[in-house]
Amino acid sequence: MHPAWSVVLLTTLLGAGQGLFLALYGADLYDAARGRASLAPLFVAAAVLGSLALAGAGLAASFFHLGRPERAWRSAAMWRTSWLSREVIALPLFMALAAGYGLAHWLGMLQGALVVGAAAALAALALYVCTGMIYACIKFLQEWASPLTVVNFLLLGCASGLSAAAALSAWLDPEFARAYAIAALAATLAAAATRGTALVRNARLRPRSTPQTAIGIKHPRIEQKAQGAMGGSFNTHEFFHGASRARLETMKWGFVAAGFLLPAMLLAAALGSALPAFAAAAFPVQLAGLLAERWYFFAEAQHPQNLYYQSTS
Amino acid sequence: MTQLALVIDLNVCVGCHACVTSCKEWNTQGAAGPLSDLNPYGADPSGTFFNRVQTFEVGEFPNTQTVHFPKSCLHCEDPPCVPVCPTGASYKRAGDGIVLVDYDKCIGCKYCAWACPYGARELDEKQKVMKKCTLCVDRIHDASLPERDRKPACVLACPTSARLFGDIHDPASEVATAIREHGGYALMPEWGTHPANHYLPRRKTEFKVREEDLQRYDNPLKVDGLLPKPATGEPALDDVTSW
Repeated sequence: MHPAWSVVLLTTLLGAGQGLFLALYGADLYDAARGRASLAPLFVAAAVLGSLALAGAGLAASFFHLGRPERAWRSAAMWRTSWLSREVIALPLFMALAAGYGLAHWLGMLQGALVVGAAAALAALALYVCTGMIYACIKFLQEWASPLTVVNFLLLGCASGLSAAAALSAWLDPEFARAYAIAALAATLAAAATRGTALVRNARLRPRSTPQTAIGIKHPRIEQKAQGAMGGSFNTHEFFHGASRARLETMKWGFVAAGFLLPAMLLAAALGSALPAFAAAAFPVQLAGLLAERWYFFAEAQHPQNLYYQSTS
Repeated sequence: MTQLALVIDLNVCVGCHACVTSCKEWNTQGAAGPLSDLNPYGADPSGTFFNRVQTFEVGEFPNTQTVHFPKSCLHCEDPPCVPVCPTGASYKRAGDGIVLVDYDKCIGCKYCAWACPYGARELDEKQKVMKKCTLCVDRIHDASLPERDRKPACVLACPTSARLFGDIHDPASEVATAIREHGGYALMPEWGTHPANHYLPRRKTEFKVREEDLQRYDNPLKVDGLLPKPATGEPALDDVTSW
């Protein structure tokens, strides 16, 4: 597939925004369970605004993917069958509930905030499932058609959100900084494990569709001689990444390093030295790494329609 | 239930692209139109087509076959492109089984194209909506046309009659008969999309000359032997008169 930056930005930023909210709400819940209200209001405000800004930026990016953005309002219609439609509903719902939580917190209605926050957290989790299932439900895109896709969207989003929370709390609420750094490290390692599993799984995939099933001729040697157009078409632009093998490898090892290894080291350094700069650096590095991860996620998927577009003439 | 579809005979298709051009001609000025072209006379032309003829070489030289392979929307009976559409712009008609796009509802998100394993959908780069074969829905039901013209433009254009059109659910129809009797098959059956369009395989064309075609065994009037029969080596009438 051709990785569209609009969708890469949408899924990555949105995931981080949901993760940041879940990180905040988790701390709030833990705080309430201890019978205390010790979260710094400035940290809560910054985390809610940060979460909304990330989700809003993702939402804005998504419009650049549409051919007819002025009709985007129509896209909630088919929620009974389409995961994309469900995402379109869950995304503004999550943003509205998260904003409501932030507002209630700011106004000091802590009990009410917990209730609204629970709904927002459920919406965030549902949104992860919707976003992941958009890709996982296309069964012939074998690289995506796996529960690992949903798990990765969830864990990668939570890891980057927790990194963001670690960075914010290092400045604004040092009491929680250590707990956030530990959680971010754990989530990053868990995400590395599941994303690594997906990489290994996809490297071992055998495509079910072949040139033989594509044109229905059972001969081992089928070679395309013409594809019906000399200058390319939507089919050649949309479904081929056009990147060199070297670029693919660079992106792959780049996201392994920047998405998992470096942030894990920075978070570990933050735990060891208690210097806020380490925690603050982990999030941007991880976000850049996860953008590369999402680029690779798209580029890696081999669409069966490509079997019909192997050669121009 | 009716399921209109094309049956394409790969044994007959000569790869002339007449179906491609007539499809483009009809549909670019019809209800689906325009089918925009980008940079058509430039160095990197591209455009929207409902139908394309591709060519494959099968086998190892010298035992090769050139297979011309027309590809358009297969109007799947279980179309994976329809449920994923977030707006309902992509739909399958209950009445005749045609899969269509409502160009006024489409937001151009391309998700349906991702969800089609055959690459049958193309985004119109000018209108920014998804387009695909309509089986010429604006002419096959048009009662103002003579009966014989109520067929998709590609079917009418095909000079070798490689394209058949009809209801594959009607066992007596030409298409159902062709699928049944000539080994019609579906593309990529592994994904369970149940394409309505079928392809007829290449067949070995053999001309069998039997003994009785040359020599009359039943000789009811017993006249054959009475007529003068020149020996095989003797000059035939042509040899005598042709000088």
